[in-house]
Amino acid sequence: MVMQGEVKRSKEEIMERMRKPEVVSGSEILLRSLVLEGVECVFGYPGGAVLFIYDAMHGFKDFNHLLTRHEQGAIHAADGYARASGQVGVCIATSGPGATNLVTGIATAYMDSVPLVVITGNVATSFIGTDAFQEADITGITMPITKHSYLVRDVEDLPRVIHEAFHIANTGRKGPVLIDIPKDVSAAKTLFKPVTEVNIRGYNPTVTPRKPQLDKLIKAISEAERPVILAGGGVVYSGGHEELLEFVTKTGIPVTTTLLGLGAFPSANDLWLGMPGMHGTYTSNKAIQDCDLLINIGARFDDRVTMKLEGFAPKAKVVHIDIDPAEIGKNVPTEIPIVGDIKTTLALINAEVGYATGADAWRQQMQQWKQEQPLRYVDSEVELKPQWVISMIHETTNGEAIVTTDVGQHQMWAAQYYRFNKPRSWITSGGLGTMGFGFPSAIGAQMANPDRLVVSINGDGGMQMCAQELAICAINNIPVKVAIINNQVLGMVRQWQEIIYDNRYSHIDLAGSPDFVKLAEAYGVKGFRATNKEEAEAAWKEALAHPGPAVVEFVVRKHENVYPMVTQGNTIDVMLMGDEE
Amino acid sequence: MNRNYTIAVLVNDQPGVLQRVSGLFGRRGFNIESITVGASQEAGLSRMVIVTAGDDKLLEQVSKQLYKLIDVIKVVDVSASPMVERELALIKVSADPSARPEILGVVETFRAAVVDIGPSTLIVQVVGGPEKIDAMIELLRPYGIREISRTGVTAMNRGTVKS
Repeated sequence: MVMQGEVKRSKEEIMERMRKPEVVSGSEILLRSLVLEGVECVFGYPGGAVLFIYDAMHGFKDFNHLLTRHEQGAIHAADGYARASGQVGVCIATSGPGATNLVTGIATAYMDSVPLVVITGNVATSFIGTDAFQEADITGITMPITKHSYLVRDVEDLPRVIHEAFHIANTGRKGPVLIDIPKDVSAAKTLFKPVTEVNIRGYNPTVTPRKPQLDKLIKAISEAERPVILAGGGVVYSGGHEELLEFVTKTGIPVTTTLLGLGAFPSANDLWLGMPGMHGTYTSNKAIQDCDLLINIGARFDDRVTMKLEGFAPKAKVVHIDIDPAEIGKNVPTEIPIVGDIKTTLALINAEVGYATGADAWRQQMQQWKQEQPLRYVDSEVELKPQWVISMIHETTNGEAIVTTDVGQHQMWAAQYYRFNKPRSWITSGGLGTMGFGFPSAIGAQMANPDRLVVSINGDGGMQMCAQELAICAINNIPVKVAIINNQVLGMVRQWQEIIYDNRYSHIDLAGSPDFVKLAEAYGVKGFRATNKEEAEAAWKEALAHPGPAVVEFVVRKHENVYPMVTQGNTIDVMLMGDEE
Repeated sequence: MNRNYTIAVLVNDQPGVLQRVSGLFGRRGFNIESITVGASQEAGLSRMVIVTAGDDKLLEQVSKQLYKLIDVIKVVDVSASPMVERELALIKVSADPSARPEILGVVETFRAAVVDIGPSTLIVQVVGGPEKIDAMIELLRPYGIREISRTGVTAMNRGTVKS
């Protein structure tokens, strides 16, 4: 207890020191402001235009700075940090190529509503617009993929801009905010006056929903015979998972969770139906198509969920609860729109809502479908099956790990076979589908949760897009456990070429990839390889027991497909189940 | 049903704000028939008037997406209520001295003005709704139009309709 008191006091002392009104440089203002915003960890890569900032960071101990090996690694790590913690992720890069290397990561965060503050250097204001060395118009380039952006031309604006950026990033519908700081601004000195208030006239997200809309929803629930909830990432981001559980417990309405909604509702609960959409469960998809009331809570009716829009949920009265009014009615006509924060909205509804008494037969129907059409695959004792590997990872980690994935087949299998019971445990690029995201995002997740087990599941393709970050795991002893599901091919592309393009396999062969064990060892990370179940379990358990980072390569069957699958142009109840294989 | 909408957007007078708004229209596939920008009644705020074509659903999306821009303060569908729409055009017409009286007759009928007379051309300035300007152009076409420059529509609701 004494210890804790001391820690608290020293933290207050740090803040006091940061707030001290002194004449300092723009760089120092940036660092102090970050600490005052509560930033504990920054991911970055130095370069010419941020030299003043990195000079100010020399010997600076009030937050961690992790030097990645590529700016893309830095921004995905900041993204993983934000998704795992709910805090704003921060990364720093230099002008020109440093900044443009962040673009994919910014777009990834934007599509999945992840709060980031992205700091880029730029050439000095007098050089802007002259095609100077390492100049890029990064605010212009990122305009369509940022929630907001600033080009700071006057050091006096810096404290306000940074404070606004953190506020905008982490309120309303969250998202990345970029601050571009020209070199002369980071060098210029002024009296630091911390900003603690926000006054942005054009920005005032609706948190509390309108009562009449809630009454309509409560009435609709009381009348429904076949209600279903579609819960998305908004539940996780608003911290509304407990309210969702209470809502479901009170109403008895079955729940399907989108890719980003996994973990928003405990998978062990009987009313959980799995994930909907292109690779969703039979029960989720049938439930959406047959329901008479579809309650969308913080999902955005993405095309991978709805598939063919005409004929989506054809019998349903649609309710949509979202913090972003622009998502309501964008893709699916909505009878009851509810704009508000998910947590706040569900709490208000829970105070009044009752059990959906008309839905007993429907609930039985759900259980019947789940029994008749479970997720399934044909196991093998000869070849290692990726689904088996994911199930084994689930079991050996008791479903308690933070799991990050890359994009493709392994991502879908992880979504299907790792069963989450807690929010912020599942980190995946859903909207943009960014290969190369899986591994660096795990580094960020681990930095945010030093005491939790972080597992990164990757394919052999995506792993090679950011493998260089193995270096920072080794150097900083960041104990991420990396699983590489190696099928020697770009699996999801192969699956589409097989099913949709008549087995015309075009440029998907990844033969000649490096020996992943040696690759890991080259960076000083422990490496394992497994080609059968016995080796797989032994290697994985050894990796888990190892105190530092570890890479386990699972050599799996090449021609394995993800099922169920809804092909494009079909409604979600037209599913290939894969049983004929 | 597709029709033209005239919307007024009150924005912070910040560098890049026109790019934010026009970029949003471009990437979301919203059409811009015309766009005008200028000062508003309040210091620090600019008023854009954008004419876009589409249906009610599209207009709803345009408005909601615009509101997501931090620099957008207010979006009003001016065309939803009675409004005054005005545009200014400068039209340079070939005009030999012999043709001038006839052209001046057209100009007078439209309450337009001749703002420049050259050796073989006239510049006609006309103010009005887009239809009036279209009509004026058609009438001047036979004389030989050298150049047209139109400002795009600016608009305001009549009377005390709140905006």
